Order: sequence, then C-alpha cells, then structure tokens
Amino acid sequence: MDTRSNIQILRDGIFADNTIFKLAISLCPAIAVTSSLKNGFMMGLAVMFVQTMVNLTISLMRNFIHPRIRIPIFMLVISSWVTVTDLLMHAYVRDVYAEMGLYIKLIVAFASILAHAETFASKNKAVPSVFDGIGMGAGFLFALSAISFFRELLGKGTVWGYEVLAFKPMLIMILPAGGFLAVGVLMAFFNWIEIRFFGGKPAGH
Amino acid sequence: METFNHLFSLFISASLINNFVFTLFLGLCIFFGVSKKMETAVGMSITFTAVMVISAAISWVVWTYVMVPLKLEFLQIIIFIGVVAAFVQAADTIMRKVSPDLYYKLGVYLALIATNCIILAVPLINAGEGYTFIESMVFGLGSGVGFGLALIIMASIREKLELAQVPGPFKGMPMAFVTASLIALAFTGFSGLISAH
Repeated sequence: MDTRSNIQILRDGIFADNTIFKLAISLCPAIAVTSSLKNGFMMGLAVMFVQTMVNLTISLMRNFIHPRIRIPIFMLVISSWVTVTDLLMHAYVRDVYAEMGLYIKLIVAFASILAHAETFASKNKAVPSVFDGIGMGAGFLFALSAISFFRELLGKGTVWGYEVLAFKPMLIMILPAGGFLAVGVLMAFFNWIEIRFFGGKPAGH
Repeated sequence: METFNHLFSLFISASLINNFVFTLFLGLCIFFGVSKKMETAVGMSITFTAVMVISAAISWVVWTYVMVPLKLEFLQIIIFIGVVAAFVQAADTIMRKVSPDLYYKLGVYLALIATNCIILAVPLINAGEGYTFIESMVFGLGSGVGFGLALIIMASIREKLELAQVPGPFKGMPMAFVTASLIALAFTGFSGLISAH
C-alpha cells in the first residue's frame, strides 16, 4: 500500500516522477509528434486516458490476477485500451490521426504505463490508482505541450496553427533534428533549475 | 533485375532515408539506454536485426492468412504484440538450451526487446503498406541495419564524450540528446537519395 495522500500522488506524477524530463522513458512520441502544439497535446491526452484506464482496470482486477502470469495480462489490458483509443481517435479527430496514427498504436509499448501497472496499480486500491494514472498522464501531457509549444513557435512562428510571429525564427526546430535539440535543451533547463534553486547535484554520466 | 532494384531501394530507404531513430524517432529508450559502450551497442544491433527480420516474417504470415480472412484487422495491436512477445520468449528459451554461449552474450538484449516500439512498428508498417512476404523481410532487415548503424555511431561518439568537459546541467542525458540532434541533421542529407519511388 502506498501511504501518500491522493493529492501528493498526483503532484509526484507531474513533477518528481515526470516521465520525460525526470525518468527519460517513453521518449519516442515526445520527439515524433511534437512539431505542432495540437499534435503534442492530443498525444498527451491519449496517453493520459490510456494510463488512467489501465491503472483503474488493473487495480480492480488485482485480486484475481495470478502473479506468475501478470505481465501478459497487463499487456492484454494495455493493448485493449490502446485499441479503444486508436479507434476513437480515428473516428473523431481524423486530421490529427492521419499525421500520427502509428504513434498512437505504439502507446502500447510505453515503459511508463507497464511500469505503473506493475508497481502501483497492482498493489493499490482503485481511487489512488486513478490519481496515479491522472498524475503520470498529466506530467506527460505537460512535457509534450511544453516541447511542442517551443518547437512550433520557433519553427513555424505559430501557436496551435494561429500565426503569432510574422517570421520563422529557427526552421531547424520543426525538422527531425530540432526534436532532439528541444528535448535536450529543456532537460538541461530543468536540471539547471534544480541545481540552482533546489540544491540538486549534476547527474553523472 | 527489376525486383532486385525495387528491394534494394526499399532496403536503402528503410535503413538510411527513413532511419528509425533519426527520422521516425522509434526505439529511443533503447537507443539512449544501451549506446554508452561499443560492445553492448554491437550486441544489441545483431540481436535486434535478427529479431526484426524473423518477427516481420511471422507477423506477415499471421496478418495475411489469419487476420485478413477473418476480418480481425482491428485487433492488430493486441495480436502483433502477442505474436512478437511470444516469439521473443521462445527465442530466449531455445537459445538458452541450444547455444548457452550465444545466450550468455546476447540473452540480456533479448529480454529488453520483448515489448519494444520498433519491433512492434515493423509489423504495423508492413500491414499498413501492404508489403509482400519478401518485401516485409527486406524492410525488417533494412530497419534493423539502420538501427544498428545509428546505435554504433552514437556509441562511438559517447565513448569519446566521456572525456569531454560538459557544463553541469547538460551532463548525462541532455548532452546525449544534443549529440543525437547533430547526427539527425546529418541524416537529413540522405532524404534526396532515391528520387523515383
């Protein structure tokens, strides 16, 4: 059982255990779909939905799952919810889906979703598990929105498709190379904040 | 000759132009995770390429002869992940029994790729593009070689990077990302390699 309060669980998911910036896992979509804010936000929403529903399902089923076959069962639950998300997005947000359909399907291979089904949802009651799912999902949504906001603004001069700047400051940001650069610089920025204001230590190699 | 040309251009396009790491951004967890040492990078690339070709072949057979006739296309995520995970598990067990030597060298990597996004992406792309059996295998091979190439380039750079003076906040992961960004910029140069598709 986890002893933290629900709000604490939610907050840790967004900040202390942020999937992208702190744990550096599930990075593929963080770079692949973040060339515009709309795509990044939609991807974040999809992941948040899958993570919450998976946590809820696993935690409701936790007393019926035999420990030896738990991983295949987790995978089955995750891929079912990803299929649901995939079909829903295909039906209702066609323009977004056309650009990133493959990456929606690949949510199924996310390390963070399987890890939280294993370490949190299979050991805790339904309500904290839902909070954990929302927290981790919101952390992911926040990271993706931040990355895609900067990439779209600097690369195209637009925000959510609306023109903000009359020129394109750094075209490289919407090229593939810019994705790696944006994530690297943002990660370094968050490290810098932690070292400068919270007394953290620089990471070793 | 015509088919050979077609397959060769598919191979080049999968390995260089649409490189999984630098233009499609798949398999990044493994890419950043195992690219610290040359030895692990080479072991990983070999295992990856082998698994990719064989799982592309198996899932093509399942897709064409089971899922399409039974109209189960909407279950492709669940079925492909089951097929790939079962194959990797089987390979693990067989290798441990048949060749403990090889298992000792490459077994660790097998465990890592069971549910990896590249391994899953290959059958999904094959099914989406409607490739034939041979094309699927060539696509799997090209993707594996491309991933191996990326991994080996990155590992050789990161071995040198260990000795460099890096500013505090950039130590570790952020520096690896900036390095990857520069390599990706170089890979953009391949984009015009094959014009007629």
